[in-house]
Amino acid sequence: MAEFTLPKNSKIRKDGKVYKADKTATNVKVFKVYRYDPDSGENPRIDTYEVDLDKCGPMVLDAIIKIKNEIDSTLTFRRSCREGICGSCAMNIDGTNTLACTKAIEDIKGDVKIYPLPHQPVVKDLVPDLTNFYAQYASIEPWIKTKTPPPPDRERLQSPEDRDKLDGLYECILCACCSTACPSYWWNSERYLGPAILLQARRWLADSRDEATGERLDNLEDPYRLYRCHTIMNCTKTCPKGLNPAKAIAETRQDLVKRKV
Amino acid sequence: MQTPMKRVRGLGSAKSGTEHFWMQRLTALALIPLGLWFVYSIVTLAGADHDSVVAWMRHPVRATLLALFAATAFYHSKLGLQVVFEDYVHTGWLKFTALILNNFIHVLLGAAAVISVLRVAFGD
Repeated sequence: MAEFTLPKNSKIRKDGKVYKADKTATNVKVFKVYRYDPDSGENPRIDTYEVDLDKCGPMVLDAIIKIKNEIDSTLTFRRSCREGICGSCAMNIDGTNTLACTKAIEDIKGDVKIYPLPHQPVVKDLVPDLTNFYAQYASIEPWIKTKTPPPPDRERLQSPEDRDKLDGLYECILCACCSTACPSYWWNSERYLGPAILLQARRWLADSRDEATGERLDNLEDPYRLYRCHTIMNCTKTCPKGLNPAKAIAETRQDLVKRKV
Repeated sequence: MQTPMKRVRGLGSAKSGTEHFWMQRLTALALIPLGLWFVYSIVTLAGADHDSVVAWMRHPVRATLLALFAATAFYHSKLGLQVVFEDYVHTGWLKFTALILNNFIHVLLGAAAVISVLRVAFGD
């Protein structure tokens, strides 16, 4: 059966550490952050950090970088571009998967609760193990595939109208916010490709220059790989880039029906 | 020991699922008018005695619609429950048992419903 309760070593301990702010601080925000170190053999806990917002940048990522630099250097997370284009700092903030770098602290009422992306193995603290996710991405062969050789003297042409069909698809940064927000992906991530990968698959199906549409559809047409999507729409709701994976999945299904009837 | 790619590629694509998806939508669409008609009929028949319900059912159009409603509803139900088992039941033998029973029970109930309608429609 699908597992609805956490395994024993995932239950959260009640004795998280508390790091108080300086007594002189007047603009304090409380950050409650999930901490887990598998090497320690201990269960996860929630640590509480009081951060002086007058000495902190505006985004959640600014706050956790400040925590790591000034309060607790053991806090582990991924980050790189700090401008919503690399997808590294995807985490569950205030109950929603999003990018720490584009989530403003002032948009969060009360304490800021930060957890790793849901339902993935945790490497440490806020770092999920996305090995399966990346393998699924590689499995859809995300590159142009053609029978026609490229013209010897120029690039492959695409009309502006055909290029427009990639809008809403090419912007995906593979942060995994959508896939890890999807209950269907939680229960069946070993077989269901999930919204992010299916949106990426759509990006190649929708490309006028790609000539492998049939083979791509063949590989997707599967009760689990594609058809586990039950239009729950968490993917579209949570996407920090404002994309619509559910729509991309629906369009792929339309193609599959079209080639039958 | 398996590489992540080996696990993801697994047994390959089943190259099916579209038929299930299409039939689930098609039966849902058919059940809108059939279901509305069925509920309306039951409401108007409320309180009627056995003989008048039998007389009502013997009308060929009504018997046809009733048989269609039963067959479509059980088919739709079979498709829907199948998805629930595929989603949540991951233990191999339990999943197969559930899917087999799902098929058998729905076919049994659907056949019984249709034959009941036909029996009333054509009399003893």
